[in-house]
Amino acid sequence: MTEVANLSVAIVGSGGAGALTAGNLLIEAASAAGWQGLLTRTVGPQIRGGEAAALLRLANHPIECLADRLDLMIGIDWLNAQRFGAELDTGPHSLVIGDPQGGDPPPSVAKSGARVVQIPMKEMAKGIPDGRPNMIALGVTGKLLGVGENFLSAFIEKRLAGKGPAAIEASKAGIRAGFRAAAGIDLGMRLSAPKPNGAKRWLTSGNEAVGLGAIRGGIRFAAAYPITPATEILEWLAPALARTGGVLLQAEDELAAINMIIGASFGGTPSLTATSGPGLSLMIEALGLATASEIPLVVIDVMRGGPSTGIPTKSEQADLNIAVYGLHGDAPHLVLAPQSVADCLFTTQWAAYLAESLQAPTIVLSDQFVGQSLVAIERPADVAFIGQRLRASEVNGVYKRYALAAGGVSPMAIPGTPGGQYTADGLTHNERGTPTSGATDHQAQLDKRARKLNEFVYGDHWATIEGAGDLALVTWGSLTGAAREGIARAAADGIEVALIAPRLLSPVQPERFAAALKGKKRVLIVEQSHGGQFHRYLRAHYDLPGEVRVLNRPGPLPIKAGEIHRAITEWRV
Amino acid sequence: MSKRAATPKVASLADLFALAWQIEADAVERYKLLADQMETHNNPELVKVFRDLARAEGIHAEEIRRLAGDIDVVEHARKTGGWKGESPEEADLSAAHYMMTPWHALQMALVGEKRALAFFTGIVETTKDAKIKQMAAEFVEEEAEHVNLVHRLLRKYPEPAEGWADDPDPPNTVE
Amino acid sequence: MNLDVRPACKPGDYKSDVKPIWCPGCGDYHVLLSFTRAFAQLGVPPERIAVISGIGCSSRIPAYTNCYGFHGVHGRSLALAAGLKVTRPDLTVVVASGDGDGYSIGGNHFIHACRRNIDMTYVVMDNHIYGMTKGQPSPTTEPEFDTALSPGGTGLRPFHPLVVALASGANFIARCFSGDFNQTADILVEAIEHPGFSFVEILSPCVTFRPDEKEWKNMVHPAPVGPTDDPAKAARRIMTDDGFNLGVLYRGKRQPYRPEFGAQVSDPAELEKEFEL
Repeated sequence: MTEVANLSVAIVGSGGAGALTAGNLLIEAASAAGWQGLLTRTVGPQIRGGEAAALLRLANHPIECLADRLDLMIGIDWLNAQRFGAELDTGPHSLVIGDPQGGDPPPSVAKSGARVVQIPMKEMAKGIPDGRPNMIALGVTGKLLGVGENFLSAFIEKRLAGKGPAAIEASKAGIRAGFRAAAGIDLGMRLSAPKPNGAKRWLTSGNEAVGLGAIRGGIRFAAAYPITPATEILEWLAPALARTGGVLLQAEDELAAINMIIGASFGGTPSLTATSGPGLSLMIEALGLATASEIPLVVIDVMRGGPSTGIPTKSEQADLNIAVYGLHGDAPHLVLAPQSVADCLFTTQWAAYLAESLQAPTIVLSDQFVGQSLVAIERPADVAFIGQRLRASEVNGVYKRYALAAGGVSPMAIPGTPGGQYTADGLTHNERGTPTSGATDHQAQLDKRARKLNEFVYGDHWATIEGAGDLALVTWGSLTGAAREGIARAAADGIEVALIAPRLLSPVQPERFAAALKGKKRVLIVEQSHGGQFHRYLRAHYDLPGEVRVLNRPGPLPIKAGEIHRAITEWRV
Repeated sequence: MSKRAATPKVASLADLFALAWQIEADAVERYKLLADQMETHNNPELVKVFRDLARAEGIHAEEIRRLAGDIDVVEHARKTGGWKGESPEEADLSAAHYMMTPWHALQMALVGEKRALAFFTGIVETTKDAKIKQMAAEFVEEEAEHVNLVHRLLRKYPEPAEGWADDPDPPNTVE
Repeated sequence: MNLDVRPACKPGDYKSDVKPIWCPGCGDYHVLLSFTRAFAQLGVPPERIAVISGIGCSSRIPAYTNCYGFHGVHGRSLALAAGLKVTRPDLTVVVASGDGDGYSIGGNHFIHACRRNIDMTYVVMDNHIYGMTKGQPSPTTEPEFDTALSPGGTGLRPFHPLVVALASGANFIARCFSGDFNQTADILVEAIEHPGFSFVEILSPCVTFRPDEKEWKNMVHPAPVGPTDDPAKAARRIMTDDGFNLGVLYRGKRQPYRPEFGAQVSDPAELEKEFEL
């Protein structure tokens, strides 16, 4: 029995089988037992009853990407599972468990050489009053992974608390039966025992972490229109804002949402909205208004497959262009991108801080992968970024809202402040805010708004820069985790690769990026975009050395550590 | 029909003076507004006409304050609310035009003076108070003088020919 | 926060020194007078009033007042005002729009603003034309009115904003004429004081692109009956009026939408407990 540092399992089922519920229970129990992990899911297009798979990876350390291949896959049934067969990668070392009544596993399983065994989960469930096959599957998986029955039971009790003792007992019985059924099965590997170290444990998704980061950063007003895969942000924020003295309004569309937060911010309240690509497209005009009138705000874009309606339930990194370049006119603004689920908290909090400090709209490019993945992690450290807007609380003489101050940030009078009355305007204006079409004022205000962003000291958070070597791997967002893992594998092969992952995409940081690239002869760019948006962005703003290769692909399949490792090793000098 | 504000009550000399003063004071503000409009719209001849009219009304207003003696007309007007709406000599803004000529401005002024005259005439005819009647009659004379003055000025400015508003340039889009 | 209301405010206190670009003769000059007179009557200090607008001639009005203002993008002023009022219920929020900004691109937000019934006043200066962009038909333009983009007229039934407002839940509906600036000022005061979403349509002639609207001052007339609080009655009256009925037509009794804001129930630090296992 080989001891492994991390282990990946998929639970597959359809038509109300409850595969996703089983996956959730598994990560909760595993986390309570001391492991860290990452849970994603993949579903069919139906609203109910569709085919679904929960993919879980467990380890003793933070996990930020899926494994190249599954070690264990259990199918409550295999109906239509071939639709996401490409995501259920197995290999000769993998164990696949099916139900004799569940149909055939996807053809890719047989092709991969995986071992297949059968457990009659449906029959077993029938033998338990109110028994369900997914509980049997959960028990089997728990036993094979080494997750104690007691942990699973504890979370069953929590989840079914409202359903009564009979339901709880039925589920527990199912898990027990699964444990028994798995006794005779050899997975061939054992997950390293967890090392509980007393640190507080969290179970959270990127979307929820965005919500917490927002409130910690000072956000107290949100207006939004529901859109996949951002809606969970709104669902988390609505009660959270209500409890902390804020409020969330559901708007009639994204045009209303972005304008509502402009209004609330104008009135002095740090404000936020959350959307995905199609919604961001609708918001572009108002983002220009916020830029021109210098109104702070945060827009979370949980990127999904595009263009147009695209693939709403899958991840992609193809909103970079519209986020950075989408505004008409010269309209510099902030664009940030979190690098993992945990980083969603920090990046959103930092975004709120930057938006308020710089009186500018800030787009946060999250994506479906981090947004909807659940991670079991140690509680992240607190950071001291809270939005502080420069206010004109006392006005003497004529108030100049857009005064050409050093550093470019001019004090903002909040409505209610006597003497501070001004009309915020999208029209080009002078220092007082009065519309003008003159050259001097236009130049001066454009300079001001660019200067305030360019002269700000962003600190080390602007990018993740690690490692050494003559090859730099440059990536961003949710691919940072896979990149790190790929680089670690290359290091085990004796190949040194540096990692550069900007968290601050706009404004660009030419000097600091040049410093990071110093001495590098080769650059490998990794991104999830068909058109290579990140590659072109880098070329537009930064000098790239010597040779450049690009590993890019559109969604829906994530770029995995193994692919990145291969790209590194295949590029021998 | 759109109409102007109802005629306010005149129950005392103070009321009369306050209203008379307000008529002139409102006219000053209205002519200043029109002068500003003409300045923004590059009609310098009319800027001068409206500023002159504003100045003239300003002098009238001062005369009334002087005539009122101990009565603080400004305070009384503020307290009683005065004319609730456009007072008689407030020129009709909808009659303005960026290419208007002095003749047009004076026509506006004439309408105003005639309305004021009608107001004071009405007081004379309806009031039971001798002092008010006497003072109102003086105001009637004063306004009649103003009407004549406008007529005299009008003789200097003939009615413009048709096509006075023809602008060879098309309208602009500013936004 | 100083919530004192200053007594004896003058309309002049509410005017800024910015010179309007409106054509002389434009009805909006009267509307500006109505605004300043209404604000003075209300006695709310200028720094406690916010005038929110979109794009169009009428939307220029915020900068001509001495209040806080936001000249936003086309058609979205009601959304901007909603965000402001919900988070700053202490402010008096007046939204200014035109028949294009409000009924065309802003149509969707109009419906939902009425439905939401947040306490604010929506003033639409309707001149039955797109003035700023040089004379295209607006949703309220008569079907036979000839324009460059609709030769021979649109042939379309005009939009009926008062009916839409009533059906969508507006709590106060009035129609005014800019030339009657006194009555308009009084109605604005009433509209602002009336709780919930107040909708005031002001017929405001466009001297440049609708010189025919000079006739409006002869066509407007006071409404034959006083306002009702019965939506069904109001619907019948408004749907059958000639479009020149002036006065308050409907005074509803809906409770304004005012979500809880500002009162912290729990410490933000408590929120992370949801993430803890």
